Amino acid sequence: MTRSLIDLRDVSKTYRMGDVEVPALRGVSLQIQAGEFVAVMGPSGSGKSTLMNIIGCLDHPSSGSYRLDGREVGGLSRDALAQVRGQMLGFVFQHFNLLPRTSAQENVELPLLYADVPTREREERARRALARVGLADRAGHQPNQLSGGQQQRVAIARALVNDPKVILADEPTGALDSRTSMEVMELFQTLGSTGVTIILVTHELDIGRCAGRTLLLRDGRILADTPQQPVAADPRRYSAPNPEVRA
Amino acid sequence: MRLRALTRLAGRALARNKMRSFLTALGVVIGVGAVIAMMAIGEGAKFRVQQAFEAMGTNLLIVLPGSTATGGLQGGFGTQPTLTWDDLRSIQTELSTIRSAAPVLRVSAVLQSEDQNWTTGVVGTTPDYLTIRNWTIEHGRGLSAADVDAGAKVVLLGRTVIEKLYGPGANPVGQMVRIKTQPYQVVGVLARKGQSPMGQDYDDTAIVPESTFQAKIQGGLSKFLNGAIFVSAVSPESTARAQQQIGNLLRDRHRLPVGAADDFSVRNLSEIASAQQQGTAVLTTLLASIAAVSLLVGGIGIMNIMLVSVTERTREIGIRMAVGGRPRDILAQFVTEALALSIGGGLLGVAFGLLAAVSLAKEFHWPTIIRPTTIIVSMGFSALVGVVFGLYPAQKAARLDPIEALRFE
Repeated sequence: MTRSLIDLRDVSKTYRMGDVEVPALRGVSLQIQAGEFVAVMGPSGSGKSTLMNIIGCLDHPSSGSYRLDGREVGGLSRDALAQVRGQMLGFVFQHFNLLPRTSAQENVELPLLYADVPTREREERARRALARVGLADRAGHQPNQLSGGQQQRVAIARALVNDPKVILADEPTGALDSRTSMEVMELFQTLGSTGVTIILVTHELDIGRCAGRTLLLRDGRILADTPQQPVAADPRRYSAPNPEVRA
Repeated sequence: MRLRALTRLAGRALARNKMRSFLTALGVVIGVGAVIAMMAIGEGAKFRVQQAFEAMGTNLLIVLPGSTATGGLQGGFGTQPTLTWDDLRSIQTELSTIRSAAPVLRVSAVLQSEDQNWTTGVVGTTPDYLTIRNWTIEHGRGLSAADVDAGAKVVLLGRTVIEKLYGPGANPVGQMVRIKTQPYQVVGVLARKGQSPMGQDYDDTAIVPESTFQAKIQGGLSKFLNGAIFVSAVSPESTARAQQQIGNLLRDRHRLPVGAADDFSVRNLSEIASAQQQGTAVLTTLLASIAAVSLLVGGIGIMNIMLVSVTERTREIGIRMAVGGRPRDILAQFVTEALALSIGGGLLGVAFGLLAAVSLAKEFHWPTIIRPTTIIVSMGFSALVGVVFGLYPAQKAARLDPIEALRFE
């Protein structure tokens, strides 16, 4: 069997709230190969976010094993986990999570700053990442000068800039209108076609259909794991958003 | 992360809240400024005391004759002449730690110029006296050995006496002045020396050769030296030894049996000087410690604002951690910010302290001495304050859970 990029074996996660133990994941096993585009779906409280946090090396599993690109990451220190995040993973969040009062260019440079990339190379790579998401002309703008869709593109550029193995997107369209959501999904599909592995959490069926594989979670277990023919995202099916509305 | 990136980051974060950063740094500004100003004033005071004692004489010891004890009434030092001219010669020639020694015979007498008179202390001594007391001649010449040998009727006048007899700024060299009605020629004017540490006016004096003093003013030569002996030791360190040597020599010469009290006393002026200097040093330390406390308070201000800043920027910290910022990178970022505040405040404080010291010096004619070590030490101290008080907030930031931090609203 070929080695999976992401390999979870019997992973459980239990949170402790005072005296009560809340199980968030109950024995999840999951393999994801390089280049896949996976949508993780399920109602709130099903364990989607916990699964993302564990795959994203933001959280440790309570039990079970997690190998990322063949390397066991369950027992790594906080510093080592941060390094794994910086080198192998890229994050896209629902609320963009860009640094305020900081230009798009500098937001995109941030991961490279922590990877000690020299200034000139850093600037060049950030410029290229912004160009990849179609925002080359917005490099000097600060988040509050950009629309929601543009902000999310900057966040995607930031996730891309360190050439990660996996991009993790947690409800990336949750704060966007339908048309902008589809624009963002179109961008993800384009990136997926160039070989980037994408894992995306959503509870919207429209969004989930754009992926090549759907995981359905409920009560901390994988209920269904179905490969599918992705539907091409088509923003033109939706009316143009009101330009005044900004997320 | 690299130092340059860190300092840029800190500068940017601080510039974002300019007023807040300034007010936070102000605590350190005042602390460092106060330390520097206090040290400058304290050092100035120390210098002043030192100067005053240097004016008294170089490595000065004073030998006073013993006291009379008649019917149980003890008369105090100097009331009985026990020092002889031979004692003086022995001190001058036999002791290794002594550079020079001079007799000081003193009496209060009336001096008369053409149209004025003034009562002052007339001193009979030898040329060495002027060197022992660090006294320079403003006009004319000092005493010479020939004056002493010949019993010449020459006199040196202090500035206060000249002012009373001839008017301020006059140069009476060559003129005649009467002391106890006898005419003396003024051969020199003593440079102004000011007040002694005890408030006595050095310049209110007239100096004549000791031989002349004995013959004409005291009224007849005597075996006893009817005054004190001023002694200059070879170095400041040797004054204590000189004191001991003189004591032993005089006990020997006066044939005092073991156990008998001295019939003279030797005073070590540099001991008094160093005691006074220690006094001002204690005062300086006290003032500087109070100032240092304000520096500490400034540090607490930094800690306070850094804690607020960490809470405000929880989400930023989460983002930084998510994109690969290690806890130690976050730690470095916040410590750098605290350091920038304290070092920036320290630099401003140095400027402020120097300004305060200089303007105090101008306003009150008080000498201020600024030592480079004071500046270096207080800068180091303010940097230390930044690290110490910045560390706890920075650790708090570094220990944040990235998931929690990202969710923080």
